[in-house]
Amino acid sequence: MDITARSAVELHTMLVEKEIQAQELTAACLEKIRTDDQEIRAFLTVTAEQALKQAAAVDQKIAAGEKIGLLAGIPMALKDNISTLGIRTTCASKILESYIPPYDATVAEQLAQAGSVLLGKLNMDEFAMGSSTENSGFGKTCNPWNRKHVPGGSSGGAAAAVAGDEVVFSLGSDTGGSIRQPASFCGVVGLKPTYGAVSRYGLIAYASSLDQIGPVTRTVADNAHVFNAIAGHDAKDSTSIAFDKPDYSQFLQREIKGLKIGVPREYLAEGIDPEVKRVIREAIQTYTDLGALVEECSLPHTKYALAAYYLIATAECSSNLARYDGVRYGLRAAEAEDILGMVKQTRARGFGAEVKRRIMLGTYALSSGYYDAYYLKALKVRTLIKQDFDQAFAQADVLLAPTAPTTAWAFGAKADPLSMYLADICTIPVNLAGIPAISLPGGLAGGLPVGIQLMAKPLAEGVLFQAAHAFEQATAFHTLKPAPTGGAL
Amino acid sequence: MRITREQVEHVAMLARLELSGQEVGEYTRQLDAILEYAAVLEELKTEEIEPTAHVMPLMNVMREDSVRASLSQDQVLRNAPDAENGFFRVPKIV
Amino acid sequence: MMTENRYEMVCGVETHVELATKSKIFCGCSTEFGREQNTQVCPVCEGLPGVLPVLNREVVKLAVRAGLALNCHIAEFSKFDRKNYYYPDLPKNFQTSQYDLPICQNGWLDIRTGEQVKRIGVTRAHMEEDAGKLVHSGETITTSQESYADYNRTGVPLLEIVSEPDMRSIDEVIAYLEQLVGILEYTEVSDCRLEQGSVRFDINVSLRPAGQEVLGTRTETKNLNSFSSVRRCLEYEILRQAEVLDEGGQVIQETRTWDEGRGVTLSLRSKEEAHDYRYFPEPDLVPLVLDRDWIEKVRAELPELPEARYARLQSLGLSAYDAGVLTSSKALGDFFDQAGRHYPDAKNLANWVMGDLTRLLNARQWSVKDALIQPRQLAAMLELIDKGVISGKIAKSVLEDMVVSGKDPEQIVKEKGLVQISDESALLTVIQEVLQAQPKSVEDFRSGKEQALGFLVGQVMKATKGQANPGVVNQLLREQLTEQ
Repeated sequence: MDITARSAVELHTMLVEKEIQAQELTAACLEKIRTDDQEIRAFLTVTAEQALKQAAAVDQKIAAGEKIGLLAGIPMALKDNISTLGIRTTCASKILESYIPPYDATVAEQLAQAGSVLLGKLNMDEFAMGSSTENSGFGKTCNPWNRKHVPGGSSGGAAAAVAGDEVVFSLGSDTGGSIRQPASFCGVVGLKPTYGAVSRYGLIAYASSLDQIGPVTRTVADNAHVFNAIAGHDAKDSTSIAFDKPDYSQFLQREIKGLKIGVPREYLAEGIDPEVKRVIREAIQTYTDLGALVEECSLPHTKYALAAYYLIATAECSSNLARYDGVRYGLRAAEAEDILGMVKQTRARGFGAEVKRRIMLGTYALSSGYYDAYYLKALKVRTLIKQDFDQAFAQADVLLAPTAPTTAWAFGAKADPLSMYLADICTIPVNLAGIPAISLPGGLAGGLPVGIQLMAKPLAEGVLFQAAHAFEQATAFHTLKPAPTGGAL
Repeated sequence: MRITREQVEHVAMLARLELSGQEVGEYTRQLDAILEYAAVLEELKTEEIEPTAHVMPLMNVMREDSVRASLSQDQVLRNAPDAENGFFRVPKIV
Repeated sequence: MMTENRYEMVCGVETHVELATKSKIFCGCSTEFGREQNTQVCPVCEGLPGVLPVLNREVVKLAVRAGLALNCHIAEFSKFDRKNYYYPDLPKNFQTSQYDLPICQNGWLDIRTGEQVKRIGVTRAHMEEDAGKLVHSGETITTSQESYADYNRTGVPLLEIVSEPDMRSIDEVIAYLEQLVGILEYTEVSDCRLEQGSVRFDINVSLRPAGQEVLGTRTETKNLNSFSSVRRCLEYEILRQAEVLDEGGQVIQETRTWDEGRGVTLSLRSKEEAHDYRYFPEPDLVPLVLDRDWIEKVRAELPELPEARYARLQSLGLSAYDAGVLTSSKALGDFFDQAGRHYPDAKNLANWVMGDLTRLLNARQWSVKDALIQPRQLAAMLELIDKGVISGKIAKSVLEDMVVSGKDPEQIVKEKGLVQISDESALLTVIQEVLQAQPKSVEDFRSGKEQALGFLVGQVMKATKGQANPGVVNQLLREQLTEQ
């Protein structure tokens, strides 16, 4: 196996045993990016020079006999909505094309602290708005399984880079499924943590009450290790939870015999591809075989989640994105005569169509006369959705559902905004409820990966790793690899 | 129709987005379709339901009143599209 | 004013007060005034992509203290909201403020105009962040081709205090402002440096025909920062509105700006026909849930407020006027109170504090805090006068020295040899000399011109460089003149 395809756990052993050097590993990933990313185009910025320096520092530590952490020397990359000191951070938007942050996101600091090697910044839907990465201001990213298909989104670059063995892991962000859905489409593992479990400081906001950063990895174990590094309280984020963080890797080996798994019937209703339903049925069988107690359950307000989500998320985004006005940073329409014209033209030119659409929708939902009917109503529906989950978790430890209604679609297949929004129906309720959920490979359909989604109550990421790891070990779907040519080429 | 062209133009003004006539038409259609979809929420009786603005029950998160280093003026202005003499320069306001 | 008969003015005031914290409301940048532009800015207050606010604990404490001093109900549950509007002095293009659940509500304060005491309602007081400062290339915002933004002030904590529209005259408005600023100063909620813009007023005023119940259309003139501007602004705006109404026109509900130079208010008619702030709960800040016991603890720590000091000073025997002067300046009142602990004659002390000391400070444009003199030193100086060690006249120069040097009065008297000469034999020598040199005055006195004595006393004082004890001189001179 190519070393760039190995897991962080394996590579850590190889580094410690001195079978490879961190610099070799980084160089191998950079070479893989050089050759493969011309087509995949997961990266917006590659930080080769800095990466090799970071790797060299890890090699020195190893040579000096110092103990290194599990992520030390491991090549990774960050979604380009995570602020990195001195490294261009664009949110895949023309409006931030040349923006260089003077500060690091907390997660960027944490990973640097852990000794991980940052290879660069990853493509995404502009400002994390989208489900296919087609909304990037800087071009599409391809799905490594089939390059005519989308990688999912908005963390399409984060999933494609990991699936394409360009990096060992990445961090994405998930507001309505933006980690889990691309993980599903690209056949990798993606965790949306509990709201408040990972600091949002430095995550360029789309919808503040829904956004969370999480790891994208090739194995569940790697996911637990990366989560170990980034989870925990941060005084810079007022919504960050102060909690006793366990070592999440300890959950991996736990048996799941007797684990109560609920399968919400609303997630297998119409609109779900039969092949996806098949994968879920097979997963239920796998879990049953492993000794879990699988039962159907109900989340009755599920069908209202999407509408509530789009009102809440866009309302928040309309405010969060107001700061891009051409005054302090980013693009400016310099020819305008007065400030009003300058701001309007800057935003018209700097934002893509989907971002503008969501800003418009959110502005409308908050505007005088419509607030109660749309925004306030949506907040109340959010309460109902949260209550649904509270009730479900009174019975079940984990809920099992599809991550997405379909496999990755072909570029351009969802031109109508609403049809694209409907692609998020399985992931959105989790963000509204603030609970954690993980997507992991559940098999293939038509040569493309299908993810299964596990959800748990707040701060119960441990049980997600436990259940996901057991499934992964029993099925080995995670070892499936895209054809080197990317299928259809 | 749940939203009119005039409302879309007003919203675009509130959101400081310059839209072409064609864009106004497109957004009117698309927002109308989305709002039509969102009308599903009207089915739910929510008079008695408390809104959820924050999903986790956190409160009273505060820091001590101590001064920390600011950025240098140079760092503050480094990304500025137009700066002069330590200030951000902006065009005519009124 | 002629309009007063036909129209009644109705006025309410929104006051923005910068809270006296060391750091900003949501980040650790310093709040110090007057530093070089854009040097007290960090990613948070510059509103860079990805930053998050964390509330400064002291802001909450000061807001509660102000609210309690203004007799407000302190909310046990309050939250922050975003007020969305675009302006280049607002880095995020929304202001984090409080909308439907402010921290303080339903308070009041009493104002005095002449003999009248009137209660003015305080609708609410809420915490919010200040905006930055725009410097315009031209003389005013309307004549400038471009502007320059400085974000040092962005994120300085503000308390916005909204009054009820309870004021019916300009004097009432000014009395309200003085009383309010006094309370804020006494509670040390703000340093209240109006000239630095740390307190700013938005004046809402309307007119209605005398006797009419229904309120007229109001205008809001923003960002006034002195009592005199408020007075002039109201005088102008009332006349302007009266003229509009007299001509059968309608006052337009709008925001106006005060042009200090021309003494007029000007329309700031926005191109956006109506504001729509689209308030919604700030997702990046969690709610504030205050404990009753903690609120009571803050209440217990409230210092003496202006009304209480005013009453107490009068009980010490000071006139209402003197008590008023020493109340209106907290610093001067504090100085008086501290000196009073070392000196029993309140009336004499008040005369010195409000007379010579104030004159010396005014000449230098100093506050009493800027002077080096300590309250107990003034008390000590007054003791020296009372004991006859120095004369009142000498004391004036000693005081001036104390104000600038901070030295003890005893030390100044000793160093400069200012001890009063009361020794009769020493003084007699000088008196003999003066009598010989001024035969004309001696004759005048003897022929019944009593005022000649005053001249001769003056000559003795002059000859002793003011050090002679004037009482003793007077007595000795009279003896000498009548004996011979």
